[in-house]
Amino acid sequence: MLFLLIAQLVATLGKIVFLFAFVLTVVPLLVWAERRISAWIQDRKGPNRVGPAGLLQPLADLIKFLSKESFVPERAERFLYNLAPLLMLVPALMVGAVIPWSKPIPPDSWIGYWLSAVDWAPEGIPFQVIDVDIGILYFYALASLGVYGVILAGWAANNKYTLLGGLRASASMVSYELSLGLSVVVVLLMTGTLRINGIVDWQQGAWLVFYQPLACLTFMVTVFAENNRLPFDLAESEQELVGGYHTEYGGIKFALSMLAEYAHMAINSALIASLFFGGWRWFGLEDRLPWWATLLLFIGKALFFMFFFIWVRWTFPRFRFDQVIHLGWKVLLPMTLGNAIATAVALVLVERSGWPLWPVVMAGQVVVVAGAILGSTIQTRRLQARAAAS
Amino acid sequence: MDPTIFRLCMTLSAILFTLGVVGVVVRRNAIVLFMCIELMLNAANLAFVGFARYFGSLDGQLFVFFVMAVAAAEVAIGLAIIVVVFRNRETVHVDEMKSLKQ
Amino acid sequence: MQLVLFVLFGLFAVLGGLIVVGNRNPIYSALGLVVALFSISALYVILGAYFVAAVQVIVYAGAIVVLFLFVIMLLNLNDRERLREQFTLRSVIGIVLGLVFVAVTGLTVWAVVHPGTGAAMPLSDVGHTKQVGRLLFSNYLLPFEVTSVILLAGMVGVLVLIRFHGRGHRS
Repeated sequence: MLFLLIAQLVATLGKIVFLFAFVLTVVPLLVWAERRISAWIQDRKGPNRVGPAGLLQPLADLIKFLSKESFVPERAERFLYNLAPLLMLVPALMVGAVIPWSKPIPPDSWIGYWLSAVDWAPEGIPFQVIDVDIGILYFYALASLGVYGVILAGWAANNKYTLLGGLRASASMVSYELSLGLSVVVVLLMTGTLRINGIVDWQQGAWLVFYQPLACLTFMVTVFAENNRLPFDLAESEQELVGGYHTEYGGIKFALSMLAEYAHMAINSALIASLFFGGWRWFGLEDRLPWWATLLLFIGKALFFMFFFIWVRWTFPRFRFDQVIHLGWKVLLPMTLGNAIATAVALVLVERSGWPLWPVVMAGQVVVVAGAILGSTIQTRRLQARAAAS
Repeated sequence: MDPTIFRLCMTLSAILFTLGVVGVVVRRNAIVLFMCIELMLNAANLAFVGFARYFGSLDGQLFVFFVMAVAAAEVAIGLAIIVVVFRNRETVHVDEMKSLKQ
Repeated sequence: MQLVLFVLFGLFAVLGGLIVVGNRNPIYSALGLVVALFSISALYVILGAYFVAAVQVIVYAGAIVVLFLFVIMLLNLNDRERLREQFTLRSVIGIVLGLVFVAVTGLTVWAVVHPGTGAAMPLSDVGHTKQVGRLLFSNYLLPFEVTSVILLAGMVGVLVLIRFHGRGHRS
């Protein structure tokens, strides 16, 4: 009995350690990848001196950060100033707890054997730190907490540029949260479950992105905005606000806030992969793969979306602030709301009439997109007419 | 359920509610007053959830939703009023908002 | 275990409430409110109300307190308003009456609730969110719709307040 309890404890601890190890391994790689990929996109060389292909550059950066003086600006709110980078990091790591990383570890694998999983988890040990009943709402709740780190970092440093960065960030994050929530609602409607495990199981045959490309698109756009990544990085827009909310941070605290940003990116990529791209599943092939292969598959998918984040950052220019707010409230919100309604109607139709699911759901999305295009055309016409009249 | 948890829950709810009331009585900053009202609403919500657990029915939890929705609307309007007042009078100190009295 | 966690988060909630009431800087009051709300959401989890807990964090911590912080920072209140509140007779009376209220309520609860009263029926955790949703859209459909009207009214009210006022005074 005691042994089983210890085995369960070890399994949970192992999963937590894996989560931290994943984030702490992937973040330096991402920093390196961002610099190399941006160099590649801009036809430069990028860091290539420290280690093979510059791979040890993040380590050199870390040593630099650690050896710098850790200062607090005069007249800053000391406590909040020190707290803010942690507040940015913690929600990102907490979201990682609900992501299923691979298929359940079977009892006859060596880990399962070693923990005698036959006795307490005959179906296999789920590779997910906690399988909460409200999985995706948990993600949404923590995503809405991410704004505190940014707004407090901006305010506590007592600098008008950081304050402007923080206020911009909070305004855009609160605006995009609504669309994020409505995109998530579409996922719930389709899969009928809140548990991320259940959502991944639903995608056994085909990924959700094939049913809901619109929801996937809006989800990704809003995640970019929540993350303050480039088309939406008004919070730090370095050309206007010096460096945004972390202007006044130096040394290890700056490193922490960067760690938070990239950890957000890594975890959100993993989440996009699980919600819309089948998680650790690959069209039924996963049944024949060992569990560690599905883990690698999932990490591969997540890495692709991290690459996608970087790719977008170095391809698109930044929006103006009014454009960000306009996009959030006047384009994304009606579209996601329309999509939620259209999906609900489509699902009821399918249930009542027995029509196939895919064409009905797609038709709903086509209607929503057509409505959005029509609406924006009318709006543009009206604005042009007004401009011509005045 | 364990009656101790229910007792603790109700006591905690009373404590939080009292903190809110004391805050409304003591503080003069309109924004902090609003926060104290939120605290009171949350104390009531905690009592609702505690009772829902105690009686094993979900109705208490549903009441919490309605309270939250009303609280959200109330905060939006209240903060808008505070901003408007601040624009006019450059203060959020409730003792200085007494022009109707004079 | 549950009891220990309950007491722990309960203490956090009280601590947050004390910060709300006691701190002179409204920013810290807002943060105290976040601490209190987050602890209360943890208490909801212990009480088995997972969905309410998630909504609590989303609505309160994610939206309402951010709104508070936004307004405080926008109005830049922290310097001007800091030293203007004094401890008066009114405060003393408020605190004393508050303590009396807590004592009365606490004593009542501890006297009335005995082991065995109330329903021992456990809420099943599986499908719990589904039950909440089903109840919300059947027995409580009318209040639900009325709530949405309230929210709409709130939205319109805010727009009217900010918009027409701004036009009259700024331009």
